[in-house]
Amino acid sequence: MDYKIIIIATVVLGTIGLLSAVILYYIAKKFRVEEDPLIDEVAELLPGANCGGCGYPGCKGLAEAIVKAGSLDGLNCPADGSSTMDNIAGLLGLTAEATEPKIAVLRCNGTCESAPAKSLYDSALSCAYANTLFAGESGCQYGCLGCGDCVTVCQFDAIYMDPDTKLPTVIEEKCVACGACVKACPRTLLELRNKGKRGMRIYVACSNQEKGGVARKNCSVACIGCSKCVQVCPHDAITVNNFLAYIDFNKCKLCRKCAEVCPTGAIHEINFPPRKPKQQTEEVNSSNESLA
Amino acid sequence: MNHLLEMKRMKTFKIGGIHPEDNKLSKGVEVEVFPLPKQATLFVNQNLGAPSTPVVQKGDHVKVGQLIAKAEGFIGANIHSPYSGTVTKIDPVSDFMGYKRTAIEIAVEGDEWMEHIDTTPELKKEITLSKSEIIDKIKECGIVGLGGACFPTHVKYMIPENKKVDYLIINAVECEPYITTDHRMMLEKAEECLVGIEALLIASGAPVALIGIENNKPDAIAHLQELIKDYPKIQVHPLKTKYPQGAEKQLIHALTNRVVPSGKLPIEVGVIVNNITTCYAVYEAIQKNKPLIETHLTVSGKSLENRKNLRVRLGTPLREILDYVGIPEDTGKVISGGPMMGKAIANLDTFAVKGMSSILFMNEKESKRGETINCIRCGKCVLGCPMRLEPYLLAPLVEKKDYEACEANGILDCIECGSCSYNCPAFRPLLDLIRVGKSRTTAMIRSRKS
Repeated sequence: MDYKIIIIATVVLGTIGLLSAVILYYIAKKFRVEEDPLIDEVAELLPGANCGGCGYPGCKGLAEAIVKAGSLDGLNCPADGSSTMDNIAGLLGLTAEATEPKIAVLRCNGTCESAPAKSLYDSALSCAYANTLFAGESGCQYGCLGCGDCVTVCQFDAIYMDPDTKLPTVIEEKCVACGACVKACPRTLLELRNKGKRGMRIYVACSNQEKGGVARKNCSVACIGCSKCVQVCPHDAITVNNFLAYIDFNKCKLCRKCAEVCPTGAIHEINFPPRKPKQQTEEVNSSNESLA
Repeated sequence: MNHLLEMKRMKTFKIGGIHPEDNKLSKGVEVEVFPLPKQATLFVNQNLGAPSTPVVQKGDHVKVGQLIAKAEGFIGANIHSPYSGTVTKIDPVSDFMGYKRTAIEIAVEGDEWMEHIDTTPELKKEITLSKSEIIDKIKECGIVGLGGACFPTHVKYMIPENKKVDYLIINAVECEPYITTDHRMMLEKAEECLVGIEALLIASGAPVALIGIENNKPDAIAHLQELIKDYPKIQVHPLKTKYPQGAEKQLIHALTNRVVPSGKLPIEVGVIVNNITTCYAVYEAIQKNKPLIETHLTVSGKSLENRKNLRVRLGTPLREILDYVGIPEDTGKVISGGPMMGKAIANLDTFAVKGMSSILFMNEKESKRGETINCIRCGKCVLGCPMRLEPYLLAPLVEKKDYEACEANGILDCIECGSCSYNCPAFRPLLDLIRVGKSRTTAMIRSRKS
């Protein structure tokens, strides 16, 4: 009788299993989703970081969009330089748009020295929360809060907190300009700007929209909106709105005249060769211009 | 024995709650009128909802009680000048968080009041106004909830047609440690408060008003019980001391055993809740034509010797108050509002606003947070939570940015009482994270709707 139970159980379960297999087979046949095999091939070529820098949900999302659109207009993976897009273009027989490589820059220079702390923050280490609680340790309501939301959100380890200045610092080689930090910053202090020739770039490292005197009260390197840079710029690249200068990187020819006249040093120049002594500045500028 | 039995019979809310040290150090100090400042600044957003629009210009001469900023939108409140003098500036000024907000600056000259305001201290018991007139008066005088939230009072009395008010609840719980302004109000201005409650009874149409007072204020309970003999519609209910009893939903549960559904207002269960100090402001508005131009402040702290209960005109520079009492040397943090729900003041060069109920000095030891260590799932935060939430679960969800799960776990029900953070033996910033989650979840829901 013991055998009987075993046999019955085997037969019953076996039948159920077989029946289910048959049903599943037909369902799989009938409802099969036709997917372009190209999508997987394109996705293979993408870096697979799923950073969202392209504006699509992950690398697969971008691959789908590329295959569906059939062209590469406006679709770009910022994460791995132009080589990725060239590879994809080669695979699909298209031409990739030439895109200027970008990098994230911090538009604040309120270091411990230039913007000394007036209060002390001791709560959850999140910029989003600190932003709801107070204007910031220095008192500047536009400046960096220094809690590092941009650092935690960066998937490429391209930002770290400088322990001396207490400001996030972007590592040039690692930043792929995916824009995650731009979205994470509650005060949108980070901006994606053109990397520039040999990494040379120039920007206003301040976001303060207050009158000069008020801004300077909290921070010695604030942009005071004096418009000196606007007057000196030969390319009309600089505008001043709400007492804050902004350099348009598409118009800027990197002549560095603005940085020279800025009374507070709010305009930062990066990766430029060191300036020659003062007497020769005019020559340097003219040679720079001819270069541009 | 009798006393113990009575304690047992005393009402309170059932779920969660904590017992922080009540530290009512200034309960014996009489309310003092703070002298007028020379220069005062009034922010135009002193209430929950939309900021008001200034109706005066630079150079205008104003009198005490004159309208200087008009309410905007449905949830808004008028602002009146607490001073006579000249408007010198309308400019952005740093508030207590350090953010710049539009403010009206007045150079004070003398103390000249508007003619229609009755400045005599006499008690006027008889209410001659009708229901709609009372509500209009409350709206006109810019009265907001003085328990701390600053919700415009008249909005509460715009009752939907299908709803009926069964109870008017008067919140005299004052469950936050240190603060004693409501307590002093009940001892010094009890009759005025009761007349204010009578007016609110007319405005709401409720048959009965229940005053909830915690039993750590026996003198106030006795005083009011003596006085309500002349007011048949008003009852006084002593409550067992427990934090956060002063929270609207908890107080309703304690007094009426009704539970306000999630995401709904008290009117849903036929209740309106008002603070006792708001009742005093209502009395002044309807009987004396006096708009809301003052706030009552407890200035206290363990290291502070010169503890005060002050009646301060709105717009008084905080520095003057601090200089008046003298900042203790070992101050680590200055808080506006109670130690549980109040916020640290990041900028001391600011000005008194509506609903500011206290300035507390925490010494260095009190103001330091313990070192945060890992959560051991002890569940103390769950025990403390009066809203049946699980803070230990919500906080990591916020850290992972999973706001859908936050919503599903009821993060929006959180009343931000801080019981979880108070209870946590690992000093985790639970409430801080939940607050981030709340704002993010609301933003997510809003974007989903649009």
